[in-house]
Amino acid sequence: MAEITTNEPGTAPEAATAEGNSPAPSRRALLAFGGAGLALGAAAAGGAVAMVRTGDEVAPAAESGAAVAFHGAHQAGIATAVQDRLHFAAFDVKTDDREEFVQLLKDWTKAAARMTEGHAIGEGAYGGLAEAPPDDTGEALGLKPSRLTLTIGFGPSLFEKFGLGDKRPDALVDLPKFPGDNLDKARSGGDLCVQACADDPQVAVHAIRNLARIGFGKVAVRWSQLGFGKTSSTTPGAQTPRNLFGFKDGTRNVSGDDSARLDEHVWVGEKDGPGWMTGGSYLVARRIRMNIETWDRTPLGEQEDIFGRDKGEGAPVGKAKEHDEPFLKAMKPTAHVRVAHPDANHGATILRRGYSFTDGTDGLGRLDAGLFFLAYQRDVRKGFIPVQRNLARSDALNEYIQHVGSAVFAVPPGVRGKDDWWGRGLFTREA
Amino acid sequence: MRPARVSVVTAVATAAALTAVTGCTEKSDAKSGGANSVSVIATDDKCDVSKKKLSAGHVELAIENKGSKVTEVYILFPDDRIVSERENIGPGTKQKLTAEVKAGSYEIACKPGMKGDGIRQEVTVTGGTKTAKRDPRLDKAVAEYRAYAQAQADETLPKTKTFTDAVRKGDLAAAKKAYALSRIGWERTEPVAESFGDIDPKVDVREDGLEEGQDVEKDWTGWHRLERALWKDKKIGKREKALATQLDKDLLDWQKRVGKAVITPTSMANGAKELLDEVATGKVTGEEERYSHTDLVDFKANVEGAEKSYELLKPVAAENDPKLAKELDKQFAALSKLLDKHREGGADSYEFTSYDKVGKADRKELQDGVNALAEPLSKLAAAVAKSK
Repeated sequence: MAEITTNEPGTAPEAATAEGNSPAPSRRALLAFGGAGLALGAAAAGGAVAMVRTGDEVAPAAESGAAVAFHGAHQAGIATAVQDRLHFAAFDVKTDDREEFVQLLKDWTKAAARMTEGHAIGEGAYGGLAEAPPDDTGEALGLKPSRLTLTIGFGPSLFEKFGLGDKRPDALVDLPKFPGDNLDKARSGGDLCVQACADDPQVAVHAIRNLARIGFGKVAVRWSQLGFGKTSSTTPGAQTPRNLFGFKDGTRNVSGDDSARLDEHVWVGEKDGPGWMTGGSYLVARRIRMNIETWDRTPLGEQEDIFGRDKGEGAPVGKAKEHDEPFLKAMKPTAHVRVAHPDANHGATILRRGYSFTDGTDGLGRLDAGLFFLAYQRDVRKGFIPVQRNLARSDALNEYIQHVGSAVFAVPPGVRGKDDWWGRGLFTREA
Repeated sequence: MRPARVSVVTAVATAAALTAVTGCTEKSDAKSGGANSVSVIATDDKCDVSKKKLSAGHVELAIENKGSKVTEVYILFPDDRIVSERENIGPGTKQKLTAEVKAGSYEIACKPGMKGDGIRQEVTVTGGTKTAKRDPRLDKAVAEYRAYAQAQADETLPKTKTFTDAVRKGDLAAAKKAYALSRIGWERTEPVAESFGDIDPKVDVREDGLEEGQDVEKDWTGWHRLERALWKDKKIGKREKALATQLDKDLLDWQKRVGKAVITPTSMANGAKELLDEVATGKVTGEEERYSHTDLVDFKANVEGAEKSYELLKPVAAENDPKLAKELDKQFAALSKLLDKHREGGADSYEFTSYDKVGKADRKELQDGVNALAEPLSKLAAAVAKSK
């Protein structure tokens, strides 16, 4: 109890106040004891260069695990250089009290800002009352911020609550049923979602776990997905990662530093409406199960024909290098790259941030694995829907994959500063 | 219950025992100085104590039962915890009761007929080291909770006898009907019962909770063993009849020991949370009553027991953390309403839907309700501990 009374608001030094009165050492403070300079080896991350504040210095975030700025015009975790790990969670709203829900969004924002900075939340993970559980669960103590980003999205069903009906963006459509879909309701939808990306899985899981805990009674986790091995990159200078079929996919992804293409295809513009979405984006999440075992028995030539790339270099058919401009007509008409290419979809372009997943085996001994597909776009009707329509109809890959989970979310713009909070525009502005 | 659980009540009990006074009914030779001799004359309606002011250290009560009923005499802490006791003092007989006491307030109680709260006298002990001073409202809460736990145990015995009688008669249908009802008092106060350590594994263990080396047929006793016989094996044999009698006996032991459990305000608060933990790990999953599927009866009883703890601590908790109290009021009501959806009998009945008929979506809803209550409930101990 002494720990609480010595930290009464007003008695704490100014600096501590700014950090939210936490009596427990922050994760970053612990890091500092180790003397590991975060700025060391800080290679430019390319793309949206994340800035990290270490004391008085400002340095670009390194691949190593520094902090990505939480505040900004857009939410971090979209154009941000893709981290190694994912914990994605969809929630159902359990309260019908608007004020209570708004308070949760404020509490979440505060906790998210602290966690992305590498701090424990609330009164910390230890040092408090022996008879009560600590505010922070503690498993991220001593870990680097690990470029943690937390990104919130609002599902179509949220707009049926709290009298938000007239604020639902036209671009946030319910996805049509695509041929071949085998969607599991228990892994689909959600009133809201939080995407946690970090280079350390423990940091990502800690973030979702603590947000879920703060949310009990107001929201409940509907489903969640862990991901590893990023399958796409927003830093196209780097090698494109491989998916679980062993192929490079998404070579032509939107680059995180290409502001013109981001504005054209990813960020919601002022004229797109509604006003509260300006600077935001729309997210489509699909759990795509891969038939790993049958794929592995497929001849190499057929595998390469299906993708329209060679397996070693990742070069499109007839070309030598991965980044060479693909010549679509050289590919089979059903080749994945050909069917998915913007040229085959009237220019439809999406920013992909997918991750591989495996949830062990499925009871039949088959790897329960695949691609957790995450795509950001300015308008779902002009992004994911036309591309997926085309793919569902003619992609040769369909023989080896199945879409088993699906959700769509409106991702509001960034949190502007300390007094701002996730969703403020939706819940307070008139538009 | 889950095997090998370390109850908060037990943990607190150990810590508290270091500072509390020890009751010692067996030793009569006074070791510490300043022996106080007090005479207690017990009748059917009086409990006359010769001295009301005592010195800290060794105390000896010279008891004489001048009434017509068998009586028992207790020295009690302000929270009703037993310091020392002497049972079965027959009419016209004399008995001695000894204890070591620190400075503080106590009560001496005579219970003619060995029933009820007894006839009480306050005594004050001075000198020596003092027991920690506590918020009297919390002492009252603990005393009332102890009385509640005792009443639950008292009520459980006859209900269990209805059940065990049916088993002994070989009446399968009657035994099934009485089974879940016999468990309500136990489920409401489970953390107290678990604090004794030895009773719980005898009466409430499930097959998977048996320890290594224990034999399912030879060593498994209690409610769930009988549950399996009634619902899965669908027969009552000699072994089951013997187990029924054993269950009566083990529960009698529980009933006698409830008064001695170390209960503190924070252990009450955490005990309430533990009841929700029980729901979350055993009932929501349908593991607890895997043969009878009466999980929702246990569920309801667990929630009722947790609510009782909370209601008793609420005056203090609401003062220290009004927001928390408001949230707990709301979530208790919400969970109660959610359970009502699965009630098949009248408003106050314990007839609930068989849990194997409760679908996945409804189970998820129940789990969400439990999380919504258990999370703020885990903060109750802190709200109570602030008051000292």
